[in-house]
Amino acid sequence: MAAESENLTLVQAVRDGLHSEMERDDDVVVMGEDVGKNGGVFRATEGLYDEFGAERVVDTPLAESGIVGTAVGMAAYGLRPVPEMQFLGFIYPAFDQIVSHAARLRTRSRGRYTCPMVIRAPYGGGIRAPEHHSESSEAMFVHQPGLKVVVPSTPYDTKGLLASAIRSPDPVVFLEPKLIYRAFREEVPDEPYEVPLGEAAVRREGSDISVFTWGAMTRPTLEAAENLAGEVDVEVVDLRTLSPLDEETIVESFKKTGRAAVVHEAPKTGGLGAEIAATIQEEALLYQEAPVERITGFDTPFPLYALEDYYLPEPARIEDGIRDTMEF
Amino acid sequence: MLTIRAFDTEAGDRFADGEIPGFVHLYIGEEAVGVGTCAALEDDDYIASTHRGHGHCIAKGLDPKYMMAELYGRAEGYCNGKGGSMHIADVDAGMLGANGIVGAGPPMATGAALSIDYQDRDQVAVGFLGDGAVAQGQVHEAINLAATWDLPAIFVVENNHYGEGTPVEKQHNVDNLSDTAQAHDIPGLTVDGMDITAVAEAVGEARARARAGDGPTLVEAETYRYRGHYEGDEEPYRDDDEIERWQDRDAIDSFKRRLIDRGELTAEEFDDLEREVEAEIEAAVEFAQNADPPAPHEAYDDMFAETPPEIERFATAARTTTDGGERIEESRSSSEPRSDGGRSGGERR
Repeated sequence: MAAESENLTLVQAVRDGLHSEMERDDDVVVMGEDVGKNGGVFRATEGLYDEFGAERVVDTPLAESGIVGTAVGMAAYGLRPVPEMQFLGFIYPAFDQIVSHAARLRTRSRGRYTCPMVIRAPYGGGIRAPEHHSESSEAMFVHQPGLKVVVPSTPYDTKGLLASAIRSPDPVVFLEPKLIYRAFREEVPDEPYEVPLGEAAVRREGSDISVFTWGAMTRPTLEAAENLAGEVDVEVVDLRTLSPLDEETIVESFKKTGRAAVVHEAPKTGGLGAEIAATIQEEALLYQEAPVERITGFDTPFPLYALEDYYLPEPARIEDGIRDTMEF
Repeated sequence: MLTIRAFDTEAGDRFADGEIPGFVHLYIGEEAVGVGTCAALEDDDYIASTHRGHGHCIAKGLDPKYMMAELYGRAEGYCNGKGGSMHIADVDAGMLGANGIVGAGPPMATGAALSIDYQDRDQVAVGFLGDGAVAQGQVHEAINLAATWDLPAIFVVENNHYGEGTPVEKQHNVDNLSDTAQAHDIPGLTVDGMDITAVAEAVGEARARARAGDGPTLVEAETYRYRGHYEGDEEPYRDDDEIERWQDRDAIDSFKRRLIDRGELTAEEFDDLEREVEAEIEAAVEFAQNADPPAPHEAYDDMFAETPPEIERFATAARTTTDGGERIEESRSSSEPRSDGGRSGGERR
């Protein structure tokens, strides 16, 4: 008998993933601002309150620091909290709790305490709102030892990565690209399953250049690759987990092509593109035929809509960057 | 209050039409709090606002025309069209900014009050916050500092009874949010936020206390937002009866009746006022619709006092690689008068 599945959007896959994990483990507790009775501002927790009750789907006051700090204590004593930050740009009050405590509890206690929690946050641009409602600060979390950082780009991966994140014995920052929350659907199995953390996915095979990306930028990158077909044979690698990085897949792909570009929404300076370029330098310098191109947002706060289309990498800009690298 | 209601009604409609991008949080229903507060202030006093800031802006004297342009993301707006509804600020009006972060106003107000104290100026600083923000740590840090240092600050809590979609009693353990003042040993009082004179009196007394060197006051104004937390909010958390009960106590209606009863206003004069305000808001929308968006390279403006080389490189690249240097150069030259006219300076006063 064929496995049952449903055709879901990415945000429905978040909900489905939470539902599956809550069903299989009573210690999983969802918490956040309006996640309970109202089902979350993006509907990512819709119906969970009715099914699992107020004790497991907790409406909190507007207090990000308090929410994550509380989750640290819960995680230390046997629960698996899944706090939601309503937008990634609202996470900064909780930054201290994440960096100073969640990420360090294991090492600080020499492994006697652990902090298995998943901080979920919708993130990224494309919804015509500035600053906090659109920014991509994933590099800040990647920079913190002790944290894992995950970004899905498809509904199937969303459910599987979320399961792996919730079952992970260590804290995970789980970033959900809200631009593609409802952009397309995909078959998602009803049964719980895992997509392992730390493994990138080659979304399109190619021999001329490797383009590394993740989250909402995967689609315009694939579109650019299709547009260039016949001219440049582009390999597109969706990293899926940003920390730990899948260095093996990155290096293997680069050794095949000898050229690389990184596409991310976040500002260029200090962004993850730099880390990927450095990894290539360290592991595959002698294969390198061109500098690693970074196709990114600007080094500014995320602007309002009139400038959003310039700020966000789109297929034409990605194609230009790929051509530049090919012509070097 | 009429200007705020007309502005926000229009903003809601234009948002629904898809003309205004992003998110808007409307102040309709809460007008008496912002207007009552600012009526008790001097022109050069400071305020720091919230994500629901249109009312504070208008009450503090900002021009709806440049506000609407900002909501539309136009270069003529208060933030060059780069901030939108939640970031309108104006140094000329002493308006430190609307703010997308819940609870961000009070720390800024405390700092502004410290600058007043340090420089011996005869002003006060008001930090607005919502009921939801009372749960934020930075709010209590700010109030404690202002209290400990006897700063000329006033904290105005707009209790509209919902922090986003969760009722106030599910978020706080105190009966009145003004009770939290006790923790900081400062005066805290709760007033009827649907009564503009009650708000103005309370803030007036708080201002006098602040100026006398007796430190901050926390004023909780009980009010209600008629619209959702944001436009598009389905509002599963409340029913129409509740909204109607508050609308029966509408701040504009009750103040209008009171003025008419006292012979200070006639019904005809009120209608004239309403028409005048509607015309002003209509003109503001037209202005915004016809204004230009910022040019791509303007994303890099105002990052630092002196533009560092890498930002200059980005900006140069944006000038040359985006759609046509010509249009950008035109927009640059036409935007120049903005720097000393337009939204700052005498025109709007």
